[in-house]
Amino acid sequence: MSRSTTPPTAGSRPSAGSRPSPGATGRPPRLEVDALTVEFGGLTALDDVGLTVGDGEVVALIGPNGAGKTTVFNVVCGLVRPRSGSVRIDGRPAPATSRLADRGVSRTLQGLGLFGGMTAAENVLVPLTGRPRRSADGERAVVAVLQRLDLLDLADTAVDALPYPERKRVALARALVTDPRLLLLDEPAGGLGADDIAALADVVRGIAAAGTSVLLVEHHVDFVMAVADRVVVLDFGRVVACGTPDEVRSDAAVEAAYLGLEAAR
Amino acid sequence: MDRLVLLVSTGVARGLVIALFALSLVIIWRAARIVNFGQAAMAVVAVYVAFAVHAATGSYVLAVLGALVTGALLGLAVERGLMRRVPGATPMPGMIVAIGLVMVLQSLLGVLFGPRHRPMSPVFSQSPLYVGDVPVLSRYDLFVLVVALVVVVGLGLLFNRSTLGLQLRAAAVAPEVSRLLGVRVPRMVTIGWMLSSAVAALAVLLLVPTELGLNAHSADVLFVHAFTVAVLGGLDSPAGALVGGLVVGVLISLVTGYASAGLAPLAVLGLLTTVLLVRPGGIFATKEARTA
Repeated sequence: MSRSTTPPTAGSRPSAGSRPSPGATGRPPRLEVDALTVEFGGLTALDDVGLTVGDGEVVALIGPNGAGKTTVFNVVCGLVRPRSGSVRIDGRPAPATSRLADRGVSRTLQGLGLFGGMTAAENVLVPLTGRPRRSADGERAVVAVLQRLDLLDLADTAVDALPYPERKRVALARALVTDPRLLLLDEPAGGLGADDIAALADVVRGIAAAGTSVLLVEHHVDFVMAVADRVVVLDFGRVVACGTPDEVRSDAAVEAAYLGLEAAR
Repeated sequence: MDRLVLLVSTGVARGLVIALFALSLVIIWRAARIVNFGQAAMAVVAVYVAFAVHAATGSYVLAVLGALVTGALLGLAVERGLMRRVPGATPMPGMIVAIGLVMVLQSLLGVLFGPRHRPMSPVFSQSPLYVGDVPVLSRYDLFVLVVALVVVVGLGLLFNRSTLGLQLRAAAVAPEVSRLLGVRVPRMVTIGWMLSSAVAALAVLLLVPTELGLNAHSADVLFVHAFTVAVLGGLDSPAGALVGGLVVGVLISLVTGYASAGLAPLAVLGLLTTVLLVRPGGIFATKEARTA
């Protein structure tokens, strides 16, 4: 857990552009976070963080609690203003929060953020309402995504009455219904059982195979190893490692920062 | 018995006006988490415009449209011009600004139109209709009833069956999440204000012919009753506003009819106190509705 004394393992400290994503063809990456620094009061939440997510790539952002993972999401979504650094989506600066959907970005939240008092189907319909109207298409998209996540029977159930795994799937469906090009998943496996996690892994791989880029924050290491093409490890707001799941697994700095803790629990 | 029927049926009509106004308070609470103390004064301004339209054209329909449009525009102006500039972290600053708005608007109306009540003759007769030998509603009460029901059903459809309604609800329940999902939350807040002010203007327009007439304070008592009702029902609950309005309307009518008009406000106060003792959040409130 040496933040400043241990230099990052050779080649593990990514800087923007140094690690082109698989299949990159000179186009800008789907998501490019460069030299991001965020301060809350005197606390440095993110310190010179850089990462990229390529087309159809699944990148996992891991690290201990408080490492700044969700803060990265919040900056990408325009909810937190960085002190310095940039976020580019498809080569263009990230838009204001309410324009994210227009730019093909969807996000789930740790707390799910479902709309109480609405049915599952209504929750999933909300992201489509702000778009140019084509209500029949909207209905079809809702039905399709509910079916895909095995929620169709629960479409007209109030979300407040659903068990947690189903609520979680509604939140995922709400993020998927717009057919995003970049999907940010905040702890998608948290609180789920083994079967649900396996199903979720299938869904995430399917999404990526269809070309959607996925950036996910997750504590569940097995899930991360199963779905991620690359893993970025944050500790105290800094990127301490980056690589394929296997590379990261054998990285000493990572073990110290994160996996060691996990094993010791 | 005849008297009871008359009082209850008249109470229902009065109650629906209260319910409409309470509904307007609920709409604004849900959209912006603020109790708009300026609602009555704004509505009275809109009704002055309706009076002018009525005087100029002689058309009641145009007068109603005038009230609705002016109400909506006032809602727009107040939200964009005032409320949006007030810090929104707690409800208090917005409420204080709203109270200030009441003073400004009522003073302006007083300066422009003086204190006298301008009578408005109702579009329909106010003498009761008879079912057999039993006097019930007047034609005007019936008209109020129909208009109120149409508005309530219309609002229900708007909120529950339209995509605009879905966005309004989403923005009200979870504004941050809604923004992430591409809902234009500030626009929804504005629309909420416009809808609310238009409904309030309509309620006051329906009320005025049953009262002394129109002056700057015409809607003050209505506001107090409607506020009571909104709190009774739970500020978050349209159904609560509707049921509460009917209950308070009938209560006022019965107390006025069997005891005296002077006791009616006490009866309403008693009801409010009792309900708040038993269910502090309001009868229909979801649990966090009034903590925001």
